[in-house]
Amino acid sequence: MKPVPFDYIRPNSIEETCALLAQDGDTRVIAGGQSLVPMLAMRLARPTRLVDILRLPELSGIRESGNSIVIGATTRQAAAERDPLIAAKLPLLAKIFPWVGHPATRRRGTIGGSIAHADPSAEIPLVALTLGAEIVVRDTHGETAIKASEFFLGPMVSAIAQGALLTEIRFPVWPQKRVGTGFHEVNARHSDFAFVCATAQVALDDAGRCTACAVGIGGLGEFPVRLDHAAEALIGTDLNDAAMTEAVDAAMADLDIWGDLHASADYRRRTGGVLARRALSDARQAAAARPQ
Amino acid sequence: MKVDLSVNGEARSADVEPRKTLLDCLRDDFNLTGSHTGCEHGVCGACTVLLDGEPARSCLMFAVQADGYEITTIEGIAPAPGELSVIQDAFCEMHGLQCGYCTPGMVLTATALLRDNPQPTRNDIVEAISGNICRCTGYGQIVEAIALAAQRLALANAPKAGKPNAPKAHKR
Repeated sequence: MKPVPFDYIRPNSIEETCALLAQDGDTRVIAGGQSLVPMLAMRLARPTRLVDILRLPELSGIRESGNSIVIGATTRQAAAERDPLIAAKLPLLAKIFPWVGHPATRRRGTIGGSIAHADPSAEIPLVALTLGAEIVVRDTHGETAIKASEFFLGPMVSAIAQGALLTEIRFPVWPQKRVGTGFHEVNARHSDFAFVCATAQVALDDAGRCTACAVGIGGLGEFPVRLDHAAEALIGTDLNDAAMTEAVDAAMADLDIWGDLHASADYRRRTGGVLARRALSDARQAAAARPQ
Repeated sequence: MKVDLSVNGEARSADVEPRKTLLDCLRDDFNLTGSHTGCEHGVCGACTVLLDGEPARSCLMFAVQADGYEITTIEGIAPAPGELSVIQDAFCEMHGLQCGYCTPGMVLTATALLRDNPQPTRNDIVEAISGNICRCTGYGQIVEAIALAAQRLALANAPKAGKPNAPKAHKR
């Protein structure tokens, strides 16, 4: 359980980081290290060099920019968990932190690190996908924004090209007044990896009809999925239980779902559907409780 | 690589390979073997130390990353040599340790909890130690020990209750 030998560099700027990453294909970025260090310890990752970006001040912080909340890559999960701006503007993200690792790992773990790690059952990537976040990466040629729907390519595989650095994540803020969120997860022990988890965010008009809807499920297969067909089918309805069941079941029908020792594919399919409906139902109730 | 660390209020230096974890540096280079090596991949919490007062896993960071933090290990918790902190004392009294392997991590986690939340509910305690595994499964007594420590610290801070950090003598 000891990593392979590597060099350690702490660059002083994003430019220097990108130059280091461009030099050598076996260089990895480290920040909080809460996902990378276990991979190093188990020698699943064998980099020749680690570039530590944790102390670059420009990569950390939470700010509002237009209709988005922009979270710097090395913002600690614990800082985001306590942040009033996130609580007010991104209630779905605020909701999931108690399920992200443990208090001790959230104090070191970063938002960008969780997204770059691209664990298919992780909660932060699922929220980024559900809300349609943009993930900004930088290399020596410049900056690119990648849609979350095109970012998660497989288990621990993301669209960050070799030599690029994840710098920030832009989460869109829904402008509607009556927005509600829901999140449910099944795991072996609280804060362990999810077998299945589901997120939902809905907006209701004054009559209680759904004007916007997003629903996603993590832990089913190679990457988290967003049920766009279900969301489209539910817009305009009053989000009654029958409509939600029908929409979620239809959207999940042709998903490729994995099973393993912990949970079979059948179990994940059934549980994913149930959790998605519960998340939608919670979101509907929360939105209905908001003032018109 | 040379690293300059601040451990339990003392400046310490070591010459380490970049791949050496903070845990191994504390144990091998500084002989602070109270931080225990458990799973070495961040699951068990036996290696918990306080970084600037906040619990963190010393197996999930490298010694070369740890400069600039005030690192507190279990050796830095007691008020004086040969004494126990209120929390350590409560662990003894409530039988909050069996084999003792998880205990340093539990005590440090509890220390941070009670500093930030002097009157925790049972759920607060359970949530705080959720990242620390006790293979003896003696969680009931650990939770009771932390609750007792919270009670004593509250009394210690009350007027006329004696000196702070001076719990009543207990029977063994």
